[in-house]
Amino acid sequence: MHNYVLKNGFVVDTVNLTKAKKDVLIRDGMVAEVGENLSADETIDCTGMLISPGLIDIHTHLREPGFEHKETIETATKAAAAGGFTTIYAMPNTEPPCDDETMATFIKKRAESVGLVNVEPVGCISQGRKGEFLAEMGGLAKAGVVMVTDDGSPVASANLMLLALKYSKAFGLLVADHCEDKSLSGKGVCNEGYHSTLYGLHPSPKSAEETMVARDLILAHEADSRIHIQHVSTNWSLELIKQSKGLGTKVTCEVTPHHLTMTDEMLGSYDPNCKVNPPLRTKEDVEALRQGLIDGSIDCIATDHAPHAREDKEVEIDIAPPGITGLETAIGQLFTELVHTNIISVEVLLSKMTTGPATVMGIEVPEIKTGKKADITIINPEKEWTVDPKEFYSLGKNTPLAGKKMKGKVFATIVSGKVVYKDGKIG
Amino acid sequence: MGLKRKDLLGLKDMSREEIGLILDSAESFKELLGREIKKAPVLRGKTVVNLFMEPSTRTRTSFELAAKTLSANVINISASTSAVQKGECLKDTVLTLTALGADYIVIRTGMCGAPHFMSTFFDGHVLNAGDGINEHPTQALLDMYTIKERTGSIEGKKVLILGDVRHSRVARSNIFGLLKMGAEVGVCGPPTLLLKDIEQLGVKVHHNLDEALPQYDIVNVLRIQLERQKQGLFATSHEYYEHYGLTNSRLEKNPHLIVMHPGPMNRGIEIDPAVAESDKATITTQVTNGVAVRMAVLYLLLGGESNA
Repeated sequence: MHNYVLKNGFVVDTVNLTKAKKDVLIRDGMVAEVGENLSADETIDCTGMLISPGLIDIHTHLREPGFEHKETIETATKAAAAGGFTTIYAMPNTEPPCDDETMATFIKKRAESVGLVNVEPVGCISQGRKGEFLAEMGGLAKAGVVMVTDDGSPVASANLMLLALKYSKAFGLLVADHCEDKSLSGKGVCNEGYHSTLYGLHPSPKSAEETMVARDLILAHEADSRIHIQHVSTNWSLELIKQSKGLGTKVTCEVTPHHLTMTDEMLGSYDPNCKVNPPLRTKEDVEALRQGLIDGSIDCIATDHAPHAREDKEVEIDIAPPGITGLETAIGQLFTELVHTNIISVEVLLSKMTTGPATVMGIEVPEIKTGKKADITIINPEKEWTVDPKEFYSLGKNTPLAGKKMKGKVFATIVSGKVVYKDGKIG
Repeated sequence: MGLKRKDLLGLKDMSREEIGLILDSAESFKELLGREIKKAPVLRGKTVVNLFMEPSTRTRTSFELAAKTLSANVINISASTSAVQKGECLKDTVLTLTALGADYIVIRTGMCGAPHFMSTFFDGHVLNAGDGINEHPTQALLDMYTIKERTGSIEGKKVLILGDVRHSRVARSNIFGLLKMGAEVGVCGPPTLLLKDIEQLGVKVHHNLDEALPQYDIVNVLRIQLERQKQGLFATSHEYYEHYGLTNSRLEKNPHLIVMHPGPMNRGIEIDPAVAESDKATITTQVTNGVAVRMAVLYLLLGGESNA
């Protein structure tokens, strides 16, 4: 299909937050025309569908190299395609970690040969993610990396963080942080509060996240550097970020679909699939995060797709690794819980998965316009379906949403004009 | 008449009627334990496995005696002498025990919610004998039985739970059980040893023991692990004893008090030996009652098919 038209869909303008019924003509991997009554050799009927610029996920765990039993670049990009993501950023907590030019180049090359969607490697802040010495950020940047983080192993030393925030500027890199003071979170499994007390689960206080958010904001301000706060999960973290934005600190932040839609009440099942880091928080936090998405204080949505093997998760919750596999449920969950409930408009939601992440990463904002690359996600907002992890393309079946009824599903995903996923099928 | 549930996972999800049924049934089993020939054929042909991942004297022995008195085959497994040492996961351990014909698995574990996890793939009866910091339902049941036996009823009694409530499965099960049975419950300890939002469970919170004690009929003293001091949760054991120890002078000022302790005790750290051995204390009675209560639970679960 080198020449085809997406017919009768609603094209979403994720920059101006509008949508209009238009046809989209795609030729040689590019958007050739957007208009009415377009025709081509082939047609994809998009009646009732939303045609969005391709979704971007800046927080995914592909597990390769080192943990191929959990996920591979190939399976993760299939999952991304099925979930409507045309570009995903791969977290560096692999084995070995992505802390130099060679590793970043390997991931890029590997993704080019086996990946269905665009894969961009994220580098480490410190060598080996050990929090001791700065990683070779110059080399990482040379390999095309735009963001560094020690995700999962937050930089405990304030001094190293300050140095990273300064050093990264030499190479135009964005420093991101998974904010968690491990001396406070300890063995924590459940957000500390009524539910951890009720369920008898080891508590993880909100302060574990909030104190490090505060620290990072202060350090970024001092270094006059950009900082990106990963998976914000509490009301107060968000308040700190808002305050810093007001003071001129160059801070951006992301939120996950699970922190927008689920609470710590779910831990009462003792199901390891509800264990995630940062933990699911309270109803009040969820409300604040939703508000932050609407008022713009949260820049983007990122899945923190964290696949694990069955044997990793089929254990007691205390020893199960944290994480939820998220690429294939994100759109369904967000449409079901936020769009169909009239909490957030389709335009705002999709802008937080396109314009938002692109702006955070400093890359070109995707749009469906003549002459732009045809990275496109087509969503059927009314499609009803039930989550069945067995049907996931991801090797990670770890989701607390198994059996959940959803409304809203990705119909097709197009990368550089190529249809990589359509109507339940890859390729 | 039995419980309409397969497992005893905790008191959080149990009704007042179910708890009442267990306590009532325990009375006849206690009577049986007083006889010369302590044997009933209730569980003849059934296999009870005590799967103990953590050390235990009284709970394991108590479950073993309860099951043997009811004529069950009893097997004791401890983590230190099992394939758990070779890295076998809980699921495989349980599947192995299932293949060997276990009808009941009594589990003691450091992992919160492990009995709930087990119950999703074990068709027999799961009895929680203590899971991490979560629950220890049979301990709370025997504590409530002891209160009822000693004072005539649980309804309206005021019970203070003293000490390391934060890490105590005994405290949590007692709170759930006592509140359901109509008692009033308070907790007392330094804030570092209490739980966030615990008042939302319906308990009163105290930090001053001398002010709290006169307001209660019964004090349940929790064991304080010395490890907690190393974690910085209190300053020194000397200071802990001074402010939160159940000393003889505190008991003399509150002669109406009944003193309970789930054991094992740290004499001179949370409780004065003279208090522990006084006629105000029910500590050894609690141990005896534990066997009767566990017999009742084993018996009453027999008819239960699915979790209510």
